[in-house]
Amino acid sequence: MRQSIKVLVFLGLIASCQQQYPQGERIYRAYCANCHMEDGTGLVWLIPPLADADYLKKNRADVACIIRNGAPGGLVVNGTTYREPMPSFKNLNEVELSNLINYINNAWGNDHPETSPEKVLADLEQCDEK
Amino acid sequence: MRNPINLAIICLVTLCWSCKNNTEFKPSLPILGNFEVVNGDTIRHRIPDFSFMNQDSVIITNETFAGKLYVTDFFFTSCPSICPKVKKEMLRMYEKYKNEERIRFISHSIDTKRDSIPRLKEYASNLDVSAEFWHFVTGDKSKLFKIANDYFVSALEDPGAPGGFDHSGRLILVDKNRHVRAFCNGTVPEEVDAFMEQIDQLLETEY
Repeated sequence: MRQSIKVLVFLGLIASCQQQYPQGERIYRAYCANCHMEDGTGLVWLIPPLADADYLKKNRADVACIIRNGAPGGLVVNGTTYREPMPSFKNLNEVELSNLINYINNAWGNDHPETSPEKVLADLEQCDEK
Repeated sequence: MRNPINLAIICLVTLCWSCKNNTEFKPSLPILGNFEVVNGDTIRHRIPDFSFMNQDSVIITNETFAGKLYVTDFFFTSCPSICPKVKKEMLRMYEKYKNEERIRFISHSIDTKRDSIPRLKEYASNLDVSAEFWHFVTGDKSKLFKIANDYFVSALEDPGAPGGFDHSGRLILVDKNRHVRAFCNGTVPEEVDAFMEQIDQLLETEY
């Protein structure tokens, strides 16, 4: 009995150490890391950072829209205006977007509230009106 | 009494040996590319004459790099794939060498349609780099693609590729005699580290 508790605790520890959003991380590496870099630092004044970015805190509902539809440039992040346009990723569905946003929201010291596929769908409906 | 003397001798020998190893001559980097033998002379591959225009509308030729070594790559500003990663690595090199008079950088844009001089200017200023040290150039499309071959870089227009161009993220090191001396994959930080060691080696042995 004691042995199995130990095994469970051990497995629990391993699980807690692992990345919470493995699909989000995979998608990030495939579509985002080339520009925003694997450590989320972006590229000087060309590509905005995602790590410790005030934009992600202030505009949570816009993030899904920006990834799905792209951005024309002119976003202000941490006081800097980034003029490069961002391409759209229309191939990502709401589950993938949700996993990706949750990965970004919890990587590199970021600590933003969790989103869900339902929330992403609601956000996407709103961005069409803007 | 004997033991301390022996110890001192051993220490001295070790010290001399390590000094000898530190001052060991590092062999020069090879000259890359094909060569031909004409009348008994070996003709090595050289970068041909070129003339492009940089972000400040200044004509950049081989003469711009006279007596220096330069690092070069091929990119385009709207490139959504490997370019930002390569630029991040080049920025790391820029930070290391920006006060080094013997080195310059030249980035060739292969998107001659969209990457105008003002566009290149904007791109360079957004990277916060000096135009004196790092030239972002454009020019005749066929000449840009042709010189890519001379630098052993693949660059071609491909509507199916991200952004419309297929190209490698290779960084190339050219010496004052227009010879290609080293290259690396500019998207891999470890390769760029080794590349910088090669630059240091060339500076130490030939400049």
